[in-house]
Amino acid sequence: MTPRIEIDAVTKYFGDRLVLDGVSLSVAAHEVVCLIGASGSGKSTLLRCINRLVEFDHGAIRLDGVPIDDKRFGATGLQRRIGIVFQSYNLFPHMRVIDNVTLAPRKVHGVPRAEAEDRARQLLGLFGMGDHATSYPEQLSGGQQQRVAIVRSLVSKPDVLLLDEVTAALDPELIGEVLQIIRGLKDEGMTMVIVTHEMGFARDCADRVCFLEGGRILEQGPPRTLLSRPENPRTRRFLQRIIDAGRL
Amino acid sequence: MSLPAGPGGSPADGAAVRRPAPPRRRNEWRAALVPTVISLASVVIVFGVLGWWISSAEQWPRVKLQFFNPEAMAAAFPRVLQGFWISMRIWLTALVCIALWALVLALVRSLRAPWFTPFRLMVVVYIDIFRGIPVLLLVLLFGFGIPALNMPGLPNSGLFWGTVAMVLSYSAYVAEIYRSGIDAVHEGQRAAAKSLGLSEWQTMIHAILPQAIRNVLPALMNIVVALQKDVALLSVIGVRDAVREAQIYTATTFNYSSLVVAAGLFLLATIPMARLADHVSRKDRERRLQRAG
Repeated sequence: MTPRIEIDAVTKYFGDRLVLDGVSLSVAAHEVVCLIGASGSGKSTLLRCINRLVEFDHGAIRLDGVPIDDKRFGATGLQRRIGIVFQSYNLFPHMRVIDNVTLAPRKVHGVPRAEAEDRARQLLGLFGMGDHATSYPEQLSGGQQQRVAIVRSLVSKPDVLLLDEVTAALDPELIGEVLQIIRGLKDEGMTMVIVTHEMGFARDCADRVCFLEGGRILEQGPPRTLLSRPENPRTRRFLQRIIDAGRL
Repeated sequence: MSLPAGPGGSPADGAAVRRPAPPRRRNEWRAALVPTVISLASVVIVFGVLGWWISSAEQWPRVKLQFFNPEAMAAAFPRVLQGFWISMRIWLTALVCIALWALVLALVRSLRAPWFTPFRLMVVVYIDIFRGIPVLLLVLLFGFGIPALNMPGLPNSGLFWGTVAMVLSYSAYVAEIYRSGIDAVHEGQRAAAKSLGLSEWQTMIHAILPQAIRNVLPALMNIVVALQKDVALLSVIGVRDAVREAQIYTATTFNYSSLVVAAGLFLLATIPMARLADHVSRKDRERRLQRAG
């Protein structure tokens, strides 16, 4: 069966610096893959290559077997099928919640306003944000903003969701509500690639964990194996630091 | 100063805790009164001394008659007011043109698509040229030069070409202000817009520009105030604005009071604008503080 996402020997330079060194990774439909590793290991860059926020230099990435730069996706097809949620939410501060959520359906996918708002309100309600449709982002807590950002990325019914350290900017007491939502999405069968520092979450929620260092996937496997009995000494060292910091 | 206050903590903290509640009512009353009295006294003294110093000049009575003659002022007022009305019309027209033209320049300079490169280059050259030439020179060159060409189909009035010169020059500055606002919008906003599938143009219009203009509103307001006075430059090419009308009066009566009338009219217009500009930048600062906190 064709994997949903197939990353094939992707290389990326920022100037002279090699940030991705021939990374290959396949993600099946309905699979949840967590990318872990120190900052600068290339995990966020890899994530951003998948929806072409970052253009890679060599290799290929395919969505359901079709290269992501294929004409078949048109100008916006890839973005409709792959949603992304960012660490700092990146909501548009000058727009109300409902306008943030309906911007892409209305302006990019040509959905009439009434229809887009109906679907947005329904989704916002599902994520406990139904009362905040007319609020502005800065009137919301970090956790609420991140929930809106998740709704915004889901509103066009993507097949894949990319999550880029979505809890890293949150106060500790707000992390739980966001992780709960992600678990819910997993239960509904969403295919997700997740960059995270929450090892506990990776252990509970991921089908597979990949450890990146120096732009390469050094080790991957089921979370219980990789997080408790890593084979690679560097993975062991990284996890030891996490344990020392009290994060696992 | 967020060090935890240990046993040997800062004495000020300790004192603040131990000090009994002061008799507040009287203190508040005095706290409000004393600065007011001081600032009033200071104003009276400073302006009193200045007034005394100027009026003690030997030539003051003559200058007073020449510049502050109430009859001359009354006589000059209707014509100067008429000119001032023209000044304000030029101001408003130029304002709208500058706001739009500068936006076009800033957008062209900010769009990142590679095929835009020649246009970006043109804008850079434009901004260099028009920021590098004094506005007064531009007004003279445009106001006298272009009508002299006598080109068929083009307007021939100094008023028109002088205003064009103002617009071209000011737009170079305002374009740079817009651009600084565009650059200040966080990169994450572009990433979010792009990941939603918005084109570069849609990203600019829906995501970046509204935030950019909000960022630079105080700077733009200052330009509005500056332009309000600078329209007086058009008097050098014979546009019968407030300054020109005042000069005409001066030339026929050898009395300068008309200039003071013009100055007064400009103040009447610019001071409210300046207050508005202050208000806008204060609101902007509060908004930033709120967001940071």
